[in-house]
Amino acid sequence: MKELVCICCPRGCNLTIDEDGKVSGNFCPKGKEYALEETSAPKRTLTTFIRVQNRKDTMLSVKTSGAIPKEKMGELMAYINVLKVKAPIQIGDVIVTDILGLGVNLVATKNIL
Amino acid sequence: MYDVLIIGAGVIGGFIGRDLARYKLKVCVLEKNNDVTSGSSASNSAIIHSGYDPKEGSLKQKFNLLGNPAFDKVCDELDVPFKRVGSLTLATSEDELNSIKDLYKQGQSYKVKVSLLNRQEVKALEPNISDDVLGGLYAPSAAIIDPFSLTNHLFENAIDNGVKLFLNQEVIDISLTSKGSYEVKTKDNLYRSKVVINCAGLYADKVAEMIEDVPWKIIPKKGQYYVIDHSAKPFVNHIIFPTPTLKGKGILVTPTAMGDYLVGPTSDIVDDVDDTSTNSLTGAYIKENASKLIKDIPFKDSIRVFSGVRAASSTGDFIIEGLPTHKTFINVAGIESPGLSSSPAIGDYVVKKLVLPLFPNIKEKPYFNPRVRRYIRFKDLTEKEKEELIKKDPSYGEIVCVCEQISLGEILDLFTRPNPPTSIKAIRKRLELGFGKCQGGFCTPKLVKILASYFKVDMNEINYDNQSSYILKEKVKK
Amino acid sequence: MIKKDLVIIGGGSAGMGAALQANKLGIKSILIIEKEDTLGGILNQCIHTGFGLIEYKEELTGPEFLTRLEDKVKEEGIEYKLSSTVLSVSKDKVVTYSNSKEGVREVHAKAIIYAGGCYERNAGEIELGGKRISGIITAGQAQKYLNIYGYLVGKKIVILGSGDIGLIMARRFTLEGAKVICVAELSPYCNGLNRNVVQCLNDFDIPLYLSTTVKEVKGKDHVESVTLVSVDSKGTPIEGTEREIECDTLCLSVGLVPYLGPLNNLDLVKDKAGRIAVNQYKESSLPGLFICGNALHVHDIVDYVVEEAREAAKGAKAYLDNELSSQTETKITYGSNINYVVPQSVATPILTDFTLKFRVRSNLKDVSVYIYNNDTLISKTNYTALIPSQMVMINLKKDKLEEPINLSIKVEERK
Repeated sequence: MKELVCICCPRGCNLTIDEDGKVSGNFCPKGKEYALEETSAPKRTLTTFIRVQNRKDTMLSVKTSGAIPKEKMGELMAYINVLKVKAPIQIGDVIVTDILGLGVNLVATKNIL
Repeated sequence: MYDVLIIGAGVIGGFIGRDLARYKLKVCVLEKNNDVTSGSSASNSAIIHSGYDPKEGSLKQKFNLLGNPAFDKVCDELDVPFKRVGSLTLATSEDELNSIKDLYKQGQSYKVKVSLLNRQEVKALEPNISDDVLGGLYAPSAAIIDPFSLTNHLFENAIDNGVKLFLNQEVIDISLTSKGSYEVKTKDNLYRSKVVINCAGLYADKVAEMIEDVPWKIIPKKGQYYVIDHSAKPFVNHIIFPTPTLKGKGILVTPTAMGDYLVGPTSDIVDDVDDTSTNSLTGAYIKENASKLIKDIPFKDSIRVFSGVRAASSTGDFIIEGLPTHKTFINVAGIESPGLSSSPAIGDYVVKKLVLPLFPNIKEKPYFNPRVRRYIRFKDLTEKEKEELIKKDPSYGEIVCVCEQISLGEILDLFTRPNPPTSIKAIRKRLELGFGKCQGGFCTPKLVKILASYFKVDMNEINYDNQSSYILKEKVKK
Repeated sequence: MIKKDLVIIGGGSAGMGAALQANKLGIKSILIIEKEDTLGGILNQCIHTGFGLIEYKEELTGPEFLTRLEDKVKEEGIEYKLSSTVLSVSKDKVVTYSNSKEGVREVHAKAIIYAGGCYERNAGEIELGGKRISGIITAGQAQKYLNIYGYLVGKKIVILGSGDIGLIMARRFTLEGAKVICVAELSPYCNGLNRNVVQCLNDFDIPLYLSTTVKEVKGKDHVESVTLVSVDSKGTPIEGTEREIECDTLCLSVGLVPYLGPLNNLDLVKDKAGRIAVNQYKESSLPGLFICGNALHVHDIVDYVVEEAREAAKGAKAYLDNELSSQTETKITYGSNINYVVPQSVATPILTDFTLKFRVRSNLKDVSVYIYNNDTLISKTNYTALIPSQMVMINLKKDKLEEPINLSIKVEERK
């Protein structure tokens, strides 16, 4: 048996998952999904920013379009840290497709006109 | 070769420098910090004592009595916020009533305007006095002052009139040359001067001993204060003192010239002259003692706790004299309370009685200007004045500090004056910016940007105060 | 002289939320006054996800959330002024603002919604011991320096206080290359959301020390170390538990406080903690002045802020339609295990359903929340746990509330 705190929403349900993968304590179905994933292959959405080359002192906030394996965060940050982008950029613009082959894109979360 | 070199850019160095600027003398000031007004001159009770308190015959008595009346003119010339709100020294026991009667007599003999008030009379002036208050001693000439503006503007005016100021110049050695002049060494420079005036405050004994041993020491005495925000309902109108004891003047409660309130200080001897730390036990002591005088002080609106260190001398009095062997080395030391109150008179005395006799044929400058260019205080203007000002200079319409309503125009104006600010704290000390509820939370990032763009440097080169006090450690993803 | 039906002070999520609802309800002339050069307020610097699950049914970052509101404000043609600071609000509802383009302007408003947000409790307010030197910085400021300016405030960081911004910043600092040594929290419980403990601290092996505070900050000109100390159940430091930790930054996440600067001169009725007291329409003691968002009380998540802003807009609409005149108000009373309640009072007649929001003082397990009108129980809700960091919200139906109104809230352990 394992105890977890669900991170899917601010409610933060206290979950329990037993040896057979039975989840309890979840308020919604997302909690079950989370518990199963967290105990096998935990994933997180990464958010950070990239410097905009053609706008002085301007940062473009970005996120991964989906969750990525937790242990890949460091590698991904190192990759993103040397990226450069140019404005104009719209929210949702894909900055990198299939980043590091993780099956998710790196997308802009801010408009820079 | 300078005629006079002053060590220390506090209020004493400021008055001496400005008064020397009236004469045809080459004067410079060395300051170890990144800005003037960095030591005790910045962290004190911000009040001008009426002068009934110091011991008869002491220098403290002499200069306090001469200093107090000088402030109206000085503050007008230097555009320094100053108000004669008067002080009330309150008694809460029969013994204390007797003590304030003695002080009343002393005040009368010093020719200080004082009157004794009974409880009802005190209550009429200060409705929030505690139930224990039995009576008080009223001294209408006591005043509140903005101590930052005072020292800042003294230097602004001194520099305007030809005095040179060198910041970040900590004196590490002084030697007397065979010709009787001095070589003053700092880490990266050597200054030569005929006369040296030691106004090094907390470091005055160390500086004095660079020339010869002196029979006195600086005894650093720390005092902790609370600052209560101006958004609190007004709860006190005068400077409220407890009856003084052998230990000192005690915990006072006072409005400030900047509109806030101060409660403190404590008085504790410390080992380290730079020990400006605060702690919660001392805080509790302040609260307890202050509430013996004034009821329901709104400590929930406290926005800051700070400590200042007094440069008390081991003699218990001011030390204002040339060395017996070398009259050209003048110590002005041990200037603790009532030091601020005495400062104009000390400056005047040092210049007229100790420096000028060393330069017998010296003449006054015909062009000395005693006034600083008036400061525009946006929030004090009428709507119409604001309107006209913004039309002339739109930067006055942009508010940087929302708590105190200080505009970009006021900040940019500082860069057009002598001794412009180079750090966040230097701006804050000049404009009382970031002194409000948020304590700079909203405006500090903006100031970092303003300073970086003015000096055309990267934002991580901007310091909070001294040169190693960075705000931003590292630019990421360069 | 400019005249407006509704002036909204603050163009963050609360201000924009209120404006959109007011517009929807048909209020004709609306003006938003924002002090910064962008709309969106603090969300501009909250580049992490966690916003919008209720409003938009998807998890957004702060900039994405605010852009949705901003786009709508622009689409609806709602007037707003940027880089404009409100200097004062008068009792007859004249709002004076200033900017560099227009100078000082007076707007005569029929109704005002104040949505000025909050500020961060700082070293002075918490009476932090030790030196006042650079390197002591609030979490929100550090967030702005990092996410907007692109700078780290330090490389070896101790965080005091477990508020959500502090937890979020622990992760941001770490991802951007700084070492977060620990988070110290005075209370015996975490003040931030549990999910943030998991994804911001546990993910990066950052320890959270509960019942711990900073006794002293040391350093010459910049922070060089902090001394942590354990505290007892009353929050008093326990002697002998001090440990000095070398660091270059002390980041404070010790609470948020409504920012009420422009309203200081109005002498409004406030609650014990200094929040402006409102009735269920979010109307303050000055008729026609409404408060919402973090300026009223600090919320857990932005979705609730927008929801509250809509309620304030409805209140303003009712006021403009003269539906709020000749009201009487009664205070809501509550048990000692409750920290505060919003609204602080109920105005009758009651026009619509409304929500009571409150926070408990300490961690409670297996409790029931009872709402009484006079002695009649009108609502009971069971909770497995209540914690101070979680805002409790109880919806009250208009038809269940019979006059006279005398609401009281009780939180009791379930037997």
